[in-house]
Amino acid sequence: MYPTKYTKAASIDDVLAALAAGEDAKLLAGGQTLLATMKQHLAAPSDLIDVRAIDGMSGVTTDGDTLVIGAATTHADVAGNADVQRLCPALASLAGGIGDPAVRYAGTIGGSIANNDPAADYPAGLLALGATIVTNTREIAADDFFEGLFTTALDEGEIITAVRVTAPAKAAYMKFRQPASLFALVGVCVADGAGGTRVAVTGAGEDGVFRHEGLEAALSGNWAAAATEGVSVDSDGLMSDMHGSADYRANLIKVLAKRAVDAS
Amino acid sequence: MKDGIGAPVKRKEDKRFTTGKGKYTDDIRNDNQAYAAFVRSPYAHAKVKGIDTSAAMAMDGVIDVLNGQQLTGDGIGNIICGWAITSKDGSPMNMGAWSALATEKVRYVGDAVAVVIAETQALARIAAEAVEVDYEELPVAAHIEAAMADGAPQIHDNAPGNQIYDWELGDEAATDAGLANAAHVTTLNITNNRLSPNPMEPRSAIATYDDAEEHYTLYTTSQNPHVARLVLSAFYNVAPEHKLRVIAPDVGGGFGAKIYIYPEEITCLWASMKTNRSIKWTSDRSEAFLTDAHGRDHVTTAHMGFDADGKITGFKIDTLANIGAYMSLFSSSVPTYLYAPLMSGQYNIQNIHCNVRTYYTNTVPVDAYRGAGRPEATYLVERMMETAAREMGMDPAELRRRNFVQEFPHQTPVLMQYDAGDFPKILQMAQDSADVSGFAARKAEAAKRGKLRGLGYSTFIEACGLAPSKAAGSLGAGVGLWESAEVRVNPVGSIEILTGSHSHGQGHETTFAQIVADRFDLPVENVSIVHGDTDKVQFGMGTYGSRSGPVGMSAVVKAMDKVEAKVKKIAAHTLEASEDDIVIEGGEVKVAGTDKSMAWHEVGLAAYVAHNLPDDMEPGLKETAFFDPVNFSFPSGAFICEVEVDPETGETEIVNFTSADDFGTIINPMIVEGQVHGGVTQGIGQAMLEQVVYDDDGQLLNGSYMDYAMPRAADVPSYSISHHEDSPSPNNPLGVKGCGEAGAIGAPPAVINAITDAIGTNDLAMPATPQAVWNAIQAAK
Repeated sequence: MYPTKYTKAASIDDVLAALAAGEDAKLLAGGQTLLATMKQHLAAPSDLIDVRAIDGMSGVTTDGDTLVIGAATTHADVAGNADVQRLCPALASLAGGIGDPAVRYAGTIGGSIANNDPAADYPAGLLALGATIVTNTREIAADDFFEGLFTTALDEGEIITAVRVTAPAKAAYMKFRQPASLFALVGVCVADGAGGTRVAVTGAGEDGVFRHEGLEAALSGNWAAAATEGVSVDSDGLMSDMHGSADYRANLIKVLAKRAVDAS
Repeated sequence: MKDGIGAPVKRKEDKRFTTGKGKYTDDIRNDNQAYAAFVRSPYAHAKVKGIDTSAAMAMDGVIDVLNGQQLTGDGIGNIICGWAITSKDGSPMNMGAWSALATEKVRYVGDAVAVVIAETQALARIAAEAVEVDYEELPVAAHIEAAMADGAPQIHDNAPGNQIYDWELGDEAATDAGLANAAHVTTLNITNNRLSPNPMEPRSAIATYDDAEEHYTLYTTSQNPHVARLVLSAFYNVAPEHKLRVIAPDVGGGFGAKIYIYPEEITCLWASMKTNRSIKWTSDRSEAFLTDAHGRDHVTTAHMGFDADGKITGFKIDTLANIGAYMSLFSSSVPTYLYAPLMSGQYNIQNIHCNVRTYYTNTVPVDAYRGAGRPEATYLVERMMETAAREMGMDPAELRRRNFVQEFPHQTPVLMQYDAGDFPKILQMAQDSADVSGFAARKAEAAKRGKLRGLGYSTFIEACGLAPSKAAGSLGAGVGLWESAEVRVNPVGSIEILTGSHSHGQGHETTFAQIVADRFDLPVENVSIVHGDTDKVQFGMGTYGSRSGPVGMSAVVKAMDKVEAKVKKIAAHTLEASEDDIVIEGGEVKVAGTDKSMAWHEVGLAAYVAHNLPDDMEPGLKETAFFDPVNFSFPSGAFICEVEVDPETGETEIVNFTSADDFGTIINPMIVEGQVHGGVTQGIGQAMLEQVVYDDDGQLLNGSYMDYAMPRAADVPSYSISHHEDSPSPNNPLGVKGCGEAGAIGAPPAVINAITDAIGTNDLAMPATPQAVWNAIQAAK
């Protein structure tokens, strides 16, 4: 690892000041991607600004049937939170299946979605659940937030502070793991509720997480596993690599959507 | 004897391993220590036109940057392959030069061109990135097919067409006739996937030069420190043997990858002299993927003929083997003498012909990896048998039974003389344990759940205990393959065993102590093992090829024979009895049938005080022996794998895995089971998860655990294991056969035979990932 300067921020203002002062400063929200990248000499930020200790950044609160999850809440805390389990068990289950225990006790929801790894679990979950991403300057609908591979709608100096998720009527996340990394080779989150019928896919899209209109149309008004049978999942636009061809991923999308509806 | 042969004694070494008290090479801190980081080629094939070290040298804390011209200029010799193979036209193999630091050309991604010596490890790595190497890229041959092609890039000038040798074993004309007369011929094209060894502890070295004594000390992660010293002295000209001490302390796994002497150890030794500092280098996992010798990587076409009764009439094999960019220490022997002689399997086959052509490619060297040639042979033979049975509509177990060797000794047409075994019985043990008769019902039940259930066999034999030195020498080996031991009985009666075997996970500190405790009827706690240090142990050939039991322990037994004879002489003299009447039991040396006895430790003390010894006897009680086996040992086994495949995703679950093994005499059943667990798990890794992937430019695509899948606990079932001990090896005093590799050798075909049974198509290559299985299902539709 190249030398770097670590700053523990106590407030958003602290973060903004440190960002402005650093030559190539990066936020540290758990570091489960960033630190590994730095150890491999693939990233060399001048400054690491730790956002986890900022007041109000961690923990889960509720507003009626809406969950407000602090951006620095770890995956383990989301998975174990009673309100998350009650209002949105699909999200608790998703968080409890990220990585391994070491990752879940360090990685955070804000860190994950700001990174927007194309094989991460949270982007599919938040997109299917129609979540709202709250930052220090505005609120962004999940539909507008995830823009592409490792790319989001966040501006320079914009910091995620929380994620809001309204309880769906039904939802489930199904993941087929890439055998080596155990990241999602394909992950499909299905949700049905006030936000409509939504199917989001991670791990498969060349441009990252996406919603599958064909599956959504088939399930809309007919929330049953059998409804997915007639849907054709096109392999165009899907990733192809040593772990899975586009055709294989297309197959998994359909199989996982069916199983997710069954499990919801 | 409570802790003797056959007792499941808990591993004596595990207290330090499980409490963090093990001492590995990287744990060693020397005074005056500096750190090495290697500048490695990012290209698979390129000319080195210049190296600019100025930016690195300007960094505060950088001690030196050294290159290959300096290294060869100081007379450091090229790295050698220690087994000379002769092509079938009589020509010697084409061994290209391999300098520890590349001089004019780099030949694989990761090839070292320079080394930075700095005050800290972090600084050394940063400075290594600041070394600017001027490369001229050359065309790349990253795979066998590319290396063989017309107009392929020439990797070594002295290997035209990149071929190293074209070798054969067996009678081709007789085999062709056997195939021509067959009622049925099965043909398979088989790829044996390339693997990365991945021992838990990465390679490490710390070299110190004492300029006053002109003496070097090397701590390193080696399976055979004496062999390291031998080649470092005799071939690499680092220092003569008496000026070089090599120590392999605790070593965290080897699997073959730590047999060889790599560029890094050589460079650290040389750099310690150049800089007069103690030089430490520890590989990180990325470097391990790039530079540890890989395993397997064969492409084979084979034909097996059968008569109308299912008896094998001939077996013809044509194999292409990838050696990588350079010939590593044992690389030439793995696809030849460790491969073709196993082609007879457990079967009586009169006609076998095996042709092997090996090629250079622009990839890291390929050498022995757990099993070394025998997994490749076994995978081929056992997939042939299962496929042939399916094609002929026979029960695969019955086809095997009809061909089993039943009489011993049995001379195969491919060098080996099998000495003992009971293949029908072992297969029956496995079938009983696996409840084969209940399989049809289990398959029907699985089908109701939408799962495809399949069952596959592997009945295999291997050759362990490398090996008679005379025979190995006649086949081209550069070293003898004996082992040595010294048994020291101390004046207080405790015993130290100095062995040339090396334990890097095998549990020798326990099992070697058990054979001594058993022989002298002493508590196992009274025996300790000394190994891994060329200054302490007389000599040794190290641990690989499941040889520590058959060869290493045999040397201990020979030394104990001598100790016992002397003990009896001393006791007979002291107790005024005949040597023939002396017995050793219960911690005493007694005159049989009388109450006359000496405590064991009293004999030890008598030997050392020497106040009352027979007139012609030297004082002391320690004996040395060298053991050279007269034959290989032949462990065998029957594995049965049962799987369930999810046809929608191709995901395969191993629901049952049964192993029935013949390891001969078992010293410690708990440790043997551990070896079977580890070996089978590695075999399952090869069958279902692991494969090194280079792209056409020679870039390693899966050089981390994010992309290279190793088996995890959840990937394997709880194994069902049984042992057959009634056919001990007749060629060593304990009757042991070796157990370290059987699992990795026998498991892959059992797994693939089970999956192909489940999905109903034979067209499936390793690793059978979910995607590969799903593709096979789709292709068969």
